[in-house]
Amino acid sequence: MRDYFKNIFNALFTIFIGMKITFKHLFVPAVTIQYPEEKPNLPERTRNRLYVNMDDCIGCDQCARACPVNCITIETVKSVPPEDLGKTSNGKKKMLHVTQFDIDFAKCCYCQLCVFPCPTECIYMTDIYEFAEIRRDNLIYSFVTLTKEEIAEKKDNFTKFEAEKAAKAAKAKTAQAKNSEINK
Amino acid sequence: MIYEFLYNIIGSHIIASIISAVFPLMFLVPFALFAVYLERKVSGHMQDRLGPMRVGWHGWLQTVADIIKLVQKEDITASATDKKLFNFAPVLVFAGSYAAFAAIPFTSIYIGSNIDLGILYIVAVSSFVVAGILMAGWASNNKYSLLGAMRSAAQIISYEIPTVLVILSIIVISGTLNLMTLSEQQSSSIYNWMIFGGAVVGWKKFVLIPFLMIGFLVIYISSLAEVNRTPFDIPEAESELVSGYHTEYSGMKFAMFFLAEYANMFAVSAVVVALFLGGYQSPFGYIGNSIGLVWLIPFEQFFWFAAKGIFFVFVQMWLRWTLPRLRVDQLMVVCWKYLIPISFVNLVIIALIMVL
Amino acid sequence: MLKTEQMVLNMGPQHPSTHGVLRLELELDGEVINNVTPHIGYLHRCFEKHCEAMTYPQIIPYVDRMDYLAAMYNEFGFALTIERLMDIQVPERVEFIRVIIGELQRIASHLVAVGTYGLDIGAFTPFLYCFRDREKILTLFEMTCGARLLYNYIWVGGLSHDLHPDFIRYTKEFIDYFKPNLKELNDLLTYNKIFIDRTANIGILPLETAINYGVTGPNLRASGFKWDLRRDDPYSIYDRFEFEIPVGQGWYGTIGDCWDRYYIRILEMEESLKIIEQAIEQIPDGDISSAIPKRVKPPEGQIYTRVENPRGELGYFIISKGQLQPHRVKVRAPSFVSLSIMNELCKGHLVADVVAILGSIDIVLGEIDR
Repeated sequence: MRDYFKNIFNALFTIFIGMKITFKHLFVPAVTIQYPEEKPNLPERTRNRLYVNMDDCIGCDQCARACPVNCITIETVKSVPPEDLGKTSNGKKKMLHVTQFDIDFAKCCYCQLCVFPCPTECIYMTDIYEFAEIRRDNLIYSFVTLTKEEIAEKKDNFTKFEAEKAAKAAKAKTAQAKNSEINK
Repeated sequence: MIYEFLYNIIGSHIIASIISAVFPLMFLVPFALFAVYLERKVSGHMQDRLGPMRVGWHGWLQTVADIIKLVQKEDITASATDKKLFNFAPVLVFAGSYAAFAAIPFTSIYIGSNIDLGILYIVAVSSFVVAGILMAGWASNNKYSLLGAMRSAAQIISYEIPTVLVILSIIVISGTLNLMTLSEQQSSSIYNWMIFGGAVVGWKKFVLIPFLMIGFLVIYISSLAEVNRTPFDIPEAESELVSGYHTEYSGMKFAMFFLAEYANMFAVSAVVVALFLGGYQSPFGYIGNSIGLVWLIPFEQFFWFAAKGIFFVFVQMWLRWTLPRLRVDQLMVVCWKYLIPISFVNLVIIALIMVL
Repeated sequence: MLKTEQMVLNMGPQHPSTHGVLRLELELDGEVINNVTPHIGYLHRCFEKHCEAMTYPQIIPYVDRMDYLAAMYNEFGFALTIERLMDIQVPERVEFIRVIIGELQRIASHLVAVGTYGLDIGAFTPFLYCFRDREKILTLFEMTCGARLLYNYIWVGGLSHDLHPDFIRYTKEFIDYFKPNLKELNDLLTYNKIFIDRTANIGILPLETAINYGVTGPNLRASGFKWDLRRDDPYSIYDRFEFEIPVGQGWYGTIGDCWDRYYIRILEMEESLKIIEQAIEQIPDGDISSAIPKRVKPPEGQIYTRVENPRGELGYFIISKGQLQPHRVKVRAPSFVSLSIMNELCKGHLVADVVAILGSIDIVLGEIDR
């Protein structure tokens, strides 16, 4: 019998305490941010879309190797001798033309593993997170600054240079063989 | 009343009665839209968030947008259902809640129909809702809907008993079933409201007060169960296994169920207010009286009635967002082992006091 | 005689109230449950096979994604395993930071467990209060490493970034903010009579059964046994901190029921706050990247290490053949074992209790299916 009344009393008492808490919360200001008008303050280390500064990129492929999902595709072409590509901002000499540097943001898992191995700190994460696209192909970002004709030209130069070098090496070899024959 | 007034102007029984019957509907539909918006805003602020904010200023047009969306939705009917019952069920549920408004006094000159059996009529008519729910559950041809409908029917039927017992105890004090007369008896000051003992003279008034307060609590809790609100919302709970008796409905029929729910909420709050808190009486005189504009009084009464009704609807929402849900067998235990004995003992004691 | 038959009911893969894609097949006799068979595998992503093709630092983002609600602890366990295999001694500061971050992660994970449990039972408001508090923790994490849910922070041999200069101050503010909120949560949900009626004496897990099945973590502690890997098999620097191990005592029902499991999580949050306070006092200075190896190439061998996940004992078994990639990585997920006791717990209860029981054992499907 005592339990009966204790149950009733307990139920009513805890219900009233609960009601008091929710009533108090009616007057607490809301924590909602009205999104498109107010944007959240992102901290400085926030990890969102990547950006590559092509002036500093030496084409070393470290970031592509570090990526766990293989979303970075890099293709380089060696520069021919008279060309001077200049130096990066921290003093490294650039030896390669980067002809393809694609990052597929649909695959990227925003883990930041590509940022650490870069020797010139040219790839880093920005705070841009509003880059939704309707077609998935539009998420493949291409960072190279050379136009298609320039790329074709650099590749041509390189193949020509290699061909010349091979021809020269072949000529030198035959000349040497002839020399050794004559000397014999 | 309004009916005679309109008859005198228009001269035709039919048109006068139609207009007089549509008055509560004109109150009810905007109220339902307002109640849905109020619920979302109240729940938002209790949870430290904002609720609807985009449609209209601070979202007050949100319900209108929802109704437009529901109206233009495709009316999906499953093939193996019993079509006549399926289509008729929402109508019955809505009719049951709406018909209760015929006997509720909004002001001292307006009542839908001034029958002497006011309260009994209201209790009887709100049992239509049970039939409607059972039809909805059965005609959906879905065993989970049927299970939910059975539970809901059991819940509503069991919780009508404490309601009626408390109403009986009020009738013992006031002597009439007519809600209009009951409201008139609680006139002239807040001291005369039924919850504070009613218009009884002498020592009996003070002895009655605790028992009437208990009666008020009992009827409020059973009215929560009548409308399927938390903590008694097993039939419409989505996180339980069954999804309730209105799963298979879409579009306008679903909107009818929802409208009926909010109409029902107001109907039961209105009954509680009329019984215990003086109906349309104001707690302290009428401004119309003190200024001298007597025609202002009905509007004031309507304002007080609506304010008290909306306050209790707000308390129902407050409870919904605070409490967890009861399981079905615990719900039955609360009714049969706690509420019914308490209300029965209450009735006997009040009757004894009045007789002495 | 009436012929009764068993009805098979499917709580399908898409379910509004649990905790991932899980299919529960219930065999009912009226409303009473005779048998429960969980079907898993809807979230299987071939984690263990995929590890054989990646280098150790590349596995860390994948390890996060197993138990996504307690990602720091997954990384902690993995990094600890490799460090033990390679015999790396990390600096003191790294140990302290790992403990602070781990305990903050434990609080965040338990907040999700508590909030969604309230939601299953029907109380909508505590869910939002818990998530509002969890936002503060996620802001702390974002300040440290840049991400809110999947971090890639704890590396083999150290950490990826040092703590932000304001981190200690914000953490102290968070602790002061959180203690009264915990009390408010208790008033609102834990001691509510309706909640107690729904969860006490439901889903009782006897101690024998728990040990036989291999259940660990809060589920085991709620059944009355004081077993915590931070005390009984200490790793990192947990032996330097004073904290208690809450054990289930059947406060409102029997030992090992759903209410006990739920209340143990609330008590554990308080203990984690104590650990964080002590760690913040004692944290030394130092360089966090001094012990990170240039290339992670463990010697040949195999090792099993276990840590105390918010859900139980998380174990990593790694076989290395001296290459840059592991030969085999096997993960012992605590939720997998906890899910297997569903059958025992649900026998004889009603259908409406299945949701309550499933919420109280706190599973994450990402961990179960990997």
